[in-house]
Amino acid sequence: MTRTLLTGNAAAAWGARLAEADYVPAFPITPQTEIIETLAQWYDSGEMQGKLVTLESEHSMITAAAAAAATGVRVFTATSSQGLLYAMEMIYTVAGWRVPFVLVNVSRALASPITLEPDHTDILAARDSGFLQIHCATCQEVLDSVLIAYRLAEHERVRLPIIVNLDGFYLSFTREPVETPDLQSVRAFLPAFDAGGIEYRASKPISQAVAVLGGSPYSYFRYEVHLAQLQALAAYDEIAAEFLDRFGRDHPAIDAYRCEDAEIVFYMIGAFATKAKDAVDRLREQSWKVGLARPRLLRPYPVAALRRLLLGRRAVVVVDQNLSMGKGGVLYSELASGLYGQPGAPILAGFVGGLGGRELPPEEFYEMAKVAHAAAEQGAAPEPRLLYTSGELRELKKLHAIALAERKEIGT
Amino acid sequence: MSEATIHSMKDLPSTHLLGAGTAMCAGCGGIEALHEIYDVLGARTVFVNAAGCMTLLTVYPFTPFRSGWLYTSMSSAAAGAQGVRDALDILRGRGRLSAEEDVTAVVLAGDGSSYGMGLSATSAAIERNLDFLYLCYDNEGYGNTGQQASAATPHAARTATTAGSRGYAGFKKDLFAIWAAHRPAYVATVIGAEPLDLAKKIQRAASLKGPRLILALAPCPTGWDYDPKLSVEVGRLAVRTGVWPLKEYVDGKVQHTRVPRPRLPVEEYLSLQGRYAHLFEPQRDDAAIAELQRQVDDYWRGVG
Repeated sequence: MTRTLLTGNAAAAWGARLAEADYVPAFPITPQTEIIETLAQWYDSGEMQGKLVTLESEHSMITAAAAAAATGVRVFTATSSQGLLYAMEMIYTVAGWRVPFVLVNVSRALASPITLEPDHTDILAARDSGFLQIHCATCQEVLDSVLIAYRLAEHERVRLPIIVNLDGFYLSFTREPVETPDLQSVRAFLPAFDAGGIEYRASKPISQAVAVLGGSPYSYFRYEVHLAQLQALAAYDEIAAEFLDRFGRDHPAIDAYRCEDAEIVFYMIGAFATKAKDAVDRLREQSWKVGLARPRLLRPYPVAALRRLLLGRRAVVVVDQNLSMGKGGVLYSELASGLYGQPGAPILAGFVGGLGGRELPPEEFYEMAKVAHAAAEQGAAPEPRLLYTSGELRELKKLHAIALAERKEIGT
Repeated sequence: MSEATIHSMKDLPSTHLLGAGTAMCAGCGGIEALHEIYDVLGARTVFVNAAGCMTLLTVYPFTPFRSGWLYTSMSSAAAGAQGVRDALDILRGRGRLSAEEDVTAVVLAGDGSSYGMGLSATSAAIERNLDFLYLCYDNEGYGNTGQQASAATPHAARTATTAGSRGYAGFKKDLFAIWAAHRPAYVATVIGAEPLDLAKKIQRAASLKGPRLILALAPCPTGWDYDPKLSVEVGRLAVRTGVWPLKEYVDGKVQHTRVPRPRLPVEEYLSLQGRYAHLFEPQRDDAAIAELQRQVDDYWRGVG
């Protein structure tokens, strides 16, 4: 096992390399490109065995990925943002094919306006597709999660494709010390791909991805995917326990930080949760009993584990780095439905922040904790808020003024 | 695949591979062509289907095929074939798949997909020199949804979205030329009503490697509005009037495999089909008929 400085993208590529992925259909998009460039070099140099093919779109890329998995090889692919949405028809389609493969998504905010920095509205658009989802907060987690993801996706009770998510720029281009396990230990943890007879062979033709007529068979196959997702909850815990045993790193379904006696718990996914971790430490110094709950597994939704962790707390501060227009934060809605009606359910304080990479400074975490504390005192949940400061608004109004002046200047 | 070279009607396969009782319309020229193609191609194939009429061939738990099947989407069947072929090649390279167990990836797509939505994925697959066969059943409209105009709809044909007195204002896209411009291994037009010409081309296509298109005109009683029993007749007339040239592209050259002599008037083909009825009723539109004849004449003038 060696420890080197790796970007999140390089860590993802190392995950694919150590999983000995046979096939990588690819299409470049910022900030994912380093992943496929790295893999292309490794296939080219013979350090990886198999093939990388550049498709002409992410829609085709996901089709090729799933078709190859349906033919019996281990597949890895990666995209981001607009690419994930361009592929969305196939994301939903191939989950129903029940073919396991790993898709790394490097989260980036969606147009419009078009931008490069991260939030999670892209990945949450795939929430209901049938893909499993693991969310990472560090580069080490990215590498480890790719390996765990293959085990989970290929698990005989699961057999579904899976997305491993990392945040664009904050993880994709940030170098962190990453331990790279040796190939032999990975092979012991992750055996060669077993297609389980789902493959195309001349002597035993099979039909895959066929049509159904009517709601009854349709419902049957859709329920099957849902139930397979639920089976993945126990499977994940088993696999994470084995990973801890073999590699000494713990990647639970929900990462709980300083939650033991916490009265107020921050609830976030992804790399920005490390900002919450820092805020927890600072608030603890000022005697606030706070902690952080960070689900790594978002699909399937680990509702039982969340209840065990959060029931009995005074308040949970949900920070959504996504926005469901006309509703609000997605994590907030999901957590509310998971805790509603349960004895000891905490007050939920919802905030939308970090859209398009907008900073979440420590003082905002203090403010959110204060709002949650006051709400718990009153026993009523506050209205969800959109984080934006008067200073930011002032800066934006300056941009408006410039735009207006420019327009007058050119006389339109 | 049948081993002996096909020279005459007597050489055509007598055993038929495609099962009966499918959901295709009576008189479907697409399934007619598919029957004939499949008999020559053989069962060592996997059909990668694009959304279209033939999606309903395989409905859980039934299939008329003795081969593999994978339904993809309307626009990405060629990418599906890429994934299947690449995976098979990887397995062959590792010694995990014998030559006997290998299969040919065959895209099955209608004109809506082939001429439009799927063209980008197809162009890219040809450019990557993917070893696959592409079967397009061309019934000149979005047939599965009720025959709306597609990029394959011919000039003046009435469709559900061009129901006015002049029919479709555009002109049928030349998919043969678009494919040929990519310099693939093989491109051929076929029609089920000419089974010998079709069988020879399938046999030739099967003997080659690389991207190969079989473009089958698929007379469509439902969409073209004629009696299903006339499908073979309509198909024959498409060839004998010169509306559907039978040709192939191989080694950089286009060869016509059938030059209709004498070429029958286009009117004989048009007048059988309700989609052209507005050219004859309530009064005859001589100018429009002459224009369609001129287009066909212009084509054949360019054929040496």
